[in-house]
Amino acid sequence: MAYGPHTDADRARMLETIGAASIDDLFADIPAALRASELRLDPPEPELELAARLQGLAARNRTDLASFLGAGAYRHFSPAAVDQILLRGEWYTAYTPYQPEVSQGTLQSIYEYESLISELLDLDVVSASHYDGAAATAEAALMACRATRRERVLVSRAVHPHYRATMETYFAGSGLRLDEIPLVADGPGAGTTDLAALEALLADEAAPVAGVVLAQPSFYGLLEPMSESGRLAHAAGALFVAVVEPVSLGVLAPPGAYGADIAAGEGQPLGIPLQYGGPYLGILGCTDALVRQLPGRLVGMTTDVDGKRAFVMTLQAREQHIRREKAASNICTNQALLALAASVWLATLGPHGLRDVAAIGAARASELEAALGAIGVERLHAGAYLNEFVIDVPDARAVHTRLLDRGVLAGLVLADAVPDDPSVADGLLVCATETTTSADIVAFAGALAAELGR
Amino acid sequence: MSVTGPRLQPTIFERSRPGRGGGKIPHAPKDALARVPAEHLRATPPALPELNEPELVRHYVNLSQLNYAVDTGFYPLGSCTMKWNPKLNEWAARLPGFAGLHPLAPDALAQGTLQLLWELEQILCEVSGMRAVSLQPAAGAHGELTGILMVRAYHHARGDHGRNEVVVPDSAHGTNPATATMAGMRTVSVPTAPDGGVDVAAFRAVLGPQTAAIMITNPSTMGLFESRIEELLEAVHAVGALAYMDGANLNAILGRFKPGEAGFDVMHINTHKTFSTPHGGGGPGAGPVGVGPALLPYLPAPRVLREADGRFRLERAGERPTSIGRLRSFIGSSGVLVRAYAYLRTHGASGLREVTDDAVLAANYLKARIAASGAYDIPFEGPCKHEFIASAASLKKKTGVRTLDVAKRLLDHGFHAPTIYFPLTIDEAMLIEPTETESIETLDAFADALVAIAEEAEREPDVVTSAPHTAPVRRLDEAGAARNPNLRWRGMTGELAPCPD
Repeated sequence: MAYGPHTDADRARMLETIGAASIDDLFADIPAALRASELRLDPPEPELELAARLQGLAARNRTDLASFLGAGAYRHFSPAAVDQILLRGEWYTAYTPYQPEVSQGTLQSIYEYESLISELLDLDVVSASHYDGAAATAEAALMACRATRRERVLVSRAVHPHYRATMETYFAGSGLRLDEIPLVADGPGAGTTDLAALEALLADEAAPVAGVVLAQPSFYGLLEPMSESGRLAHAAGALFVAVVEPVSLGVLAPPGAYGADIAAGEGQPLGIPLQYGGPYLGILGCTDALVRQLPGRLVGMTTDVDGKRAFVMTLQAREQHIRREKAASNICTNQALLALAASVWLATLGPHGLRDVAAIGAARASELEAALGAIGVERLHAGAYLNEFVIDVPDARAVHTRLLDRGVLAGLVLADAVPDDPSVADGLLVCATETTTSADIVAFAGALAAELGR
Repeated sequence: MSVTGPRLQPTIFERSRPGRGGGKIPHAPKDALARVPAEHLRATPPALPELNEPELVRHYVNLSQLNYAVDTGFYPLGSCTMKWNPKLNEWAARLPGFAGLHPLAPDALAQGTLQLLWELEQILCEVSGMRAVSLQPAAGAHGELTGILMVRAYHHARGDHGRNEVVVPDSAHGTNPATATMAGMRTVSVPTAPDGGVDVAAFRAVLGPQTAAIMITNPSTMGLFESRIEELLEAVHAVGALAYMDGANLNAILGRFKPGEAGFDVMHINTHKTFSTPHGGGGPGAGPVGVGPALLPYLPAPRVLREADGRFRLERAGERPTSIGRLRSFIGSSGVLVRAYAYLRTHGASGLREVTDDAVLAANYLKARIAASGAYDIPFEGPCKHEFIASAASLKKKTGVRTLDVAKRLLDHGFHAPTIYFPLTIDEAMLIEPTETESIETLDAFADALVAIAEEAEREPDVVTSAPHTAPVRRLDEAGAARNPNLRWRGMTGELAPCPD
């Protein structure tokens, strides 16, 4: 067996010590009727052959196109030091730090993660991590319900459709109610959350609202009226939940600045590979007042018996291994290694580097908007954006497919992603980051002009 | 720092000096944000640390050396299966074709990963005896929620809305009852029989038309195969409820017992336990969920499908209306699943069976060695599966030394502690799981250390109760940490304990 140490002599010695005649004897407790049928799997594969198989599969993926695809997962530059640190076995082969005396590395790294993300969010507390942005958002909504003892949450239709779908799934079990806030249909605010509709939804006294959830930037890349939404939520006794993209917080106002009580988001943009969907990093933060409703692990600073500074998992009375059916959530395993990746990435870039990453993305997006405008392809919405926006392309799905053959991944086909929103039926959601090159933009505009006969 | 000198590290904020760092990213054009309205812009930049690369790397490398890890030693952690994390798997996940693939890339660009995920599902079906597997859940507890929500959907689809109870044994992982609550169900806990197995009579007494499901860990959290499982499954199905198997202990039964064949309706698999994906200091994991025919229609969306022409694709939004929907964004933790796939192919059918055989052999050997010493109580005699319980109950009576003290003293001997005080049903429990990748020399050294600590407890109990003595820090003020939580660095407040270094 690969990786196994036991020689036949070892096995014989172990059986002798146990007093068993054979290994099969150790399985005599499995009732005969329930014993497994033969495993029908391939024989073991030596590393030489398996490495070639894995390379072959990886090579079947195409990652060489000029890509403008974002929509919740973003390609960013990751300095070489980041992965070098992650490759240390002391990080990735360590267990959950339940024995703090021999886990100070992981514990301090999580404390630093909590601190770094708190700075980004401008909130008091950040959990040690959650599964991903969608699950963190669902947990944020559940937190709002527990904290207010109300049973209804309002979520903007400009929140990522996967996040809304995840919230629905989580809510299905709990008996809570999830209502969607419509978007402004046209005019300068088109595509942003409709504040008048929000106000009307909040006014239903028979169904008081626990939380209002908006994303900044929105799924469509637009900048949302966060301050006004937060004020409306608070006036109705509801909590305000902001779904954020962490790189944007290098330049955009943080949740703490516009009065959000809870922030959730996808930490993948902080130097974590796209990796076809994960493992990613669920960010979940809140104000001090809500800390006991926060699900998942928390690390705090303390001292040892000699007074040395040290770190430890704390406030565990919220968690499933202590509270069982009364826990704040069932979460156990989190995304510690991805939290470390995010921390190392942030610390490598520093405050100026993070600002540059966000600002270059915005500059590249301006360049993209101009290049597409020059061939007569316009944005669908008029509002402000940071680095992602919707373009209006006739027969968008077919054009998108044909552009693949021209080496361009032209963002996301919104007719597929949000089939229930006819206003974006001809929309492609495109983004730029610091990894987008001028050559990519020229290639995109050129290929699209050719497809559209312009 | 380094192999000599103080080991604890200042925080990364204390290491920061304004003006350090840079050289990684070009500067943005001055007017980059000119079109963004001022009301949306950040007024003050986040107070992130500033470090040059050498300072940064030393910080994280020195911190890493404060960790115990599989790469440095033996983790006998029961219920956690801390086996070797193969290096090939880390290499594979980082292949640019896998690592650089966007989760919303059209299927035509994602054929390699889609094929891998589809094949992985087939392999997991074969191992578990289940009909289909969802690769979406991000962890075991996430898989549990997925499973119980599918159970709920199944009952509702049959017009059966009265089933709101999940029955779990009192030895279950805490995630089981917590999951039931999240899925809108009530937990009914039943006691364990004196032989450590499920008490079928106790189960029968609480099963009824209100029962949605039972959740059983098999082998149990005491490392015992549930020999009355057939009878229990019959009783559960007779009342119209479904059976969930917590797969945390799958490492004990590969090729020996397939839960789907035996009659379980749904189970989760922890890839970070059984299939060697690294624990990462607490995550990421992955918690694929297998289902039998009853729950097939309710699997989360999207699934990976293979077309008649051999091409692979993801289910489209809304394609399977019976699905319980999404549990997270995108497809799943594909990077973790690449590692699990590599592990499964490395072993193949014969290798997986050897994994289980050697894991069970190692656990029984360690158990026999500790039992022979008489130093600890062994509550359940007879063969165990991949883990077993020892207890310091007698030792505590004799010497005042508790399981916690033994665990801390093991750290001084160079071993991580076993899982302690779990399951909750056993006094002074130590749940010990050696896994199949530890050599007989390591197992012997660990047994010797446990025996030596018991002897030391009689001779010099104070040394044991004040352990660890050689770790970077000694026992921590956990009560103080909870009473006055300090959960983030606030550089400006000056309320923090100074760094000892």
